[in-house]
Amino acid sequence: MNRLPLERKILSENDRVAAALRERFLHQGVLCVNLISSPGSGKTTLLERTLSAFAVTGRAAVLTGDLQTENDAERLRKFGLPVKQITTGGTCHLDARMIERHLEDWRLENLDYLFIENVGNLVCPASYDLGEAAKIVVLSVTEGEDKPLKYPSIFFKAELLVLNKVDLLPYVPFDIEDAIDNARMVHPGLEVIRVSSLTGHGLSEWSAWLKQRRSALLKSTAETVA
Amino acid sequence: MHEMGIANSILEAVRAESARYPGSRPVKVGVRLGELAAIDPDSLRFCFEALVAGSDLDGLVLEIEETRRKHHCRECGTDFVVTQFNFECPQCHALSRDCIAGDELELSYVEVEEDEPVALGTQNS
Repeated sequence: MNRLPLERKILSENDRVAAALRERFLHQGVLCVNLISSPGSGKTTLLERTLSAFAVTGRAAVLTGDLQTENDAERLRKFGLPVKQITTGGTCHLDARMIERHLEDWRLENLDYLFIENVGNLVCPASYDLGEAAKIVVLSVTEGEDKPLKYPSIFFKAELLVLNKVDLLPYVPFDIEDAIDNARMVHPGLEVIRVSSLTGHGLSEWSAWLKQRRSALLKSTAETVA
Repeated sequence: MHEMGIANSILEAVRAESARYPGSRPVKVGVRLGELAAIDPDSLRFCFEALVAGSDLDGLVLEIEETRRKHHCRECGTDFVVTQFNFECPQCHALSRDCIAGDELELSYVEVEEDEPVALGTQNS
């Protein structure tokens, strides 16, 4: 018997494709973010509000993942920006190859922002690097404040927590401070933005976060080119 | 939920690795799963066995090493296992944010066996 060391990631093939995508996004100055949450936490509505703000510049696009239907893409297309649905069939997450394939006929140089709306699932999408600059976890106040403790992986890997549907706080027994404490137990120092896509609360903070992250990306683009 | 895909990626890696050693066949593969990797070891074993049975890798054994979340203390340099989200360094009691282990989803080794050499005397002429 001969034991051969094989020190590499199980998903090294996915990671290789993701690294190539990240390189392209960096080169073209496109901030790519990967939105992950349970089904029904409001990712699509948040993106509707986000796209309506970006519609003026026309430099944003969305890849949206679901097991079936074009429903989300249809909702997002009304802003006249590039939107593609990725239907995974039965797969519970998006992987880097799906992103690569769906970007084939898009010109990245025409974009400043690329939003990836992952399949609604708090578990599996956490394992797959899509070449994004940041994973963002969306948690709505109609879910439990202990979600970060129950599903630590995604809260650990995300760089931002969007607490959504805060307009419902008066009507639901959700302790928002407790939820934030739980998220920061899993991920000390995690950034948090409180949002209501319905009333618009927190959307300026959300858009400032995106702009700040894109400026940081452009800075590294400039450093790479220099 | 995505353990089937992970199991498949493990098998692909084993095939690629063993192709580099002609005349031998893989008998065991070792993987490391961190507690933050969102992979259920039992579910992974189940999927792995289902994929291996009757395939070219029939009989391949999966060994899973489960790893804990570890933090590094910048104050005194201690590395420690985090339990119950307690980030306090056991040596100097400073709080540590630097996670250094626990999200592994890695291959660690493949064990191969030399194929039985075909003895000349036993060959049918």
